[in-house]
Amino acid sequence: MQIAVLMKQTFDTEEKIELVGGAVAEHSVKYIINPYDEYALEEALRLREAHGGSVTVISCGPGRAVEALRTGLAMGADEAVLIAEDGLAGNDRAIAAALAAAVKSLQPDLLLAGLFAVDRGAGSVALQAAELLGLPHASAALKLEIRDGAGGGGRTAVVERDTEWGVETVEVPLPALVTAQQGLNEPRYPSLPGIMKAKRKPLREVTAAELGLSADDLAPRTERVALLAPPVRAAGRKLAGTPGEQAAQLAELLQREAKLF
Amino acid sequence: MSDQSKRTALVYAECAEGKLRRVALEALGAARRLAGDGGSVHAVLAGGGSAASPALAAAAAELAARGAGVVHVIDDPALAGFAPEAYAAAIGAAVAAVQPSIIVLGHTAAGRELAPRVAAALKGGHIADVTAIQVPEDGGADAILTRPLYAGKAFEQRRLLPGASCVITVRPNNLPVAEPVEAGSEGKVAALAYAAPPLWTTVRDVVRKASGRVDLAEADIIVSGGRGVRSADGFAPLEALAKVLGGAVGASRGACDAGYCDYALQIGQTGKTVTPKLYIACGISGAIQHLAGMSQSRVIVAINKDPDAPIFGVADYGIVGDLFEVVPLLTAEFERILATPGS
Repeated sequence: MQIAVLMKQTFDTEEKIELVGGAVAEHSVKYIINPYDEYALEEALRLREAHGGSVTVISCGPGRAVEALRTGLAMGADEAVLIAEDGLAGNDRAIAAALAAAVKSLQPDLLLAGLFAVDRGAGSVALQAAELLGLPHASAALKLEIRDGAGGGGRTAVVERDTEWGVETVEVPLPALVTAQQGLNEPRYPSLPGIMKAKRKPLREVTAAELGLSADDLAPRTERVALLAPPVRAAGRKLAGTPGEQAAQLAELLQREAKLF
Repeated sequence: MSDQSKRTALVYAECAEGKLRRVALEALGAARRLAGDGGSVHAVLAGGGSAASPALAAAAAELAARGAGVVHVIDDPALAGFAPEAYAAAIGAAVAAVQPSIIVLGHTAAGRELAPRVAAALKGGHIADVTAIQVPEDGGADAILTRPLYAGKAFEQRRLLPGASCVITVRPNNLPVAEPVEAGSEGKVAALAYAAPPLWTTVRDVVRKASGRVDLAEADIIVSGGRGVRSADGFAPLEALAKVLGGAVGASRGACDAGYCDYALQIGQTGKTVTPKLYIACGISGAIQHLAGMSQSRVIVAINKDPDAPIFGVADYGIVGDLFEVVPLLTAEFERILATPGS
């Protein structure tokens, strides 16, 4: 089974965000694979172990994203593709178009991605790519099983997924996109031999132009006009007294001062 | 810019358990503002199955009474379960009928799946998880939409580029609901023709959440536990407090990683970002990634043994103490207060 995994390199979630000159400061920041994409990659590696085949990791971003792809290779992916484009940050539709074009040339049986990226948090790119590719999707997977079609039918993905109305089990025909929710698995760490091997695994760099994308495919539809720090929250007060007094004071304050009840 | 100030906006009005969700009315309010005074606002309601029709009719009437000029109703068996391609096609049918430049959905589990598909099909943009909208006085052109980055460690403001269509998903609980219009100026309700696409998705099973349980994303009050709860059973006093307050229970990554609760409850940069009116953090130290997910709450209470815990830095009210002592006392206080009429 050929599996493609969409990955984004993000800031570590323990990083503070500093705004300098209207941009997010990137100096001395620790980068990681977006945690949700890591679940997607881990699932891909487990499926390959069970069903055979290969795993390709794909990322669209600046040159530093190569580190995330190398980590993916060290975890066990077979090959990597970097769509090296610096200027597309925040342009979801262009990134989706670029990723879709790269995926199309690979013709995978299964496309995996994280539910969302912990930086922009939109959860839009992978699903836009699925739409452009005409693929079904199952979102927010907590469990994924590949089933061989009955009576010569095609293979399907059976996905237990996290929704607001409960845990829903759906079945979609392959090829399909499945996005990974937290709880799908526990991602492995790259092993030392894995890291050594990763250095010799194929890592291709392509540009949007080489993927055949037009200016229209890449044209943004929205633009950022400002980047803001969150409103500063001052520490409030600590309530003194016995636990009973503290509880009574708090209930009183929430009612009379915060006017919540 | 006169063409831009007369915008057509379409709202996907999401229903749950046979009722219009509050976020659908928030989306309608956003659409009315974005369309501007001279603009037109449409809504699309989609559902299916024998039980759906009366519910759709009631929802349609409410939308029409709150400023949707036309409510397009699609009632089709293909929409009985949530097959995203069927719902995306329902929105697509309404898009084809009204040619909107703006489409607004709730940033909910369903909205998050549908919006990117609708945007890509339209070659449009998608501004996700919008928490605030500023519209200039002269109408809907050049509206500024605010959305969080890094789960709220920063915010960006975006605008739509001229001539493009754009899908906007609005975060529940952040924008005002659409107000009722004057009697006599209610909108129309009309059935919309719909041809179901070939269905990819088969819903095999749904294990529904216990009824009456409040969803984290829409909860007004959240009682949240961290490593300090020490076990799965340690969540019991938090559940009791949440029940009395009519709120939901959440958790920090620490509590989830320790196996005290399900990852579905996790609040933070990984997990859910929440903005309730009241957030009560119990035994949560306040790691940066947790603070990102909850520090936009209106009022924050922290209960923690460690007086130096970072959570106190964002809390309006702090109690240094043992949550197992304080939380049950607080539950008892609220039982007493909320039982008193006129309080």
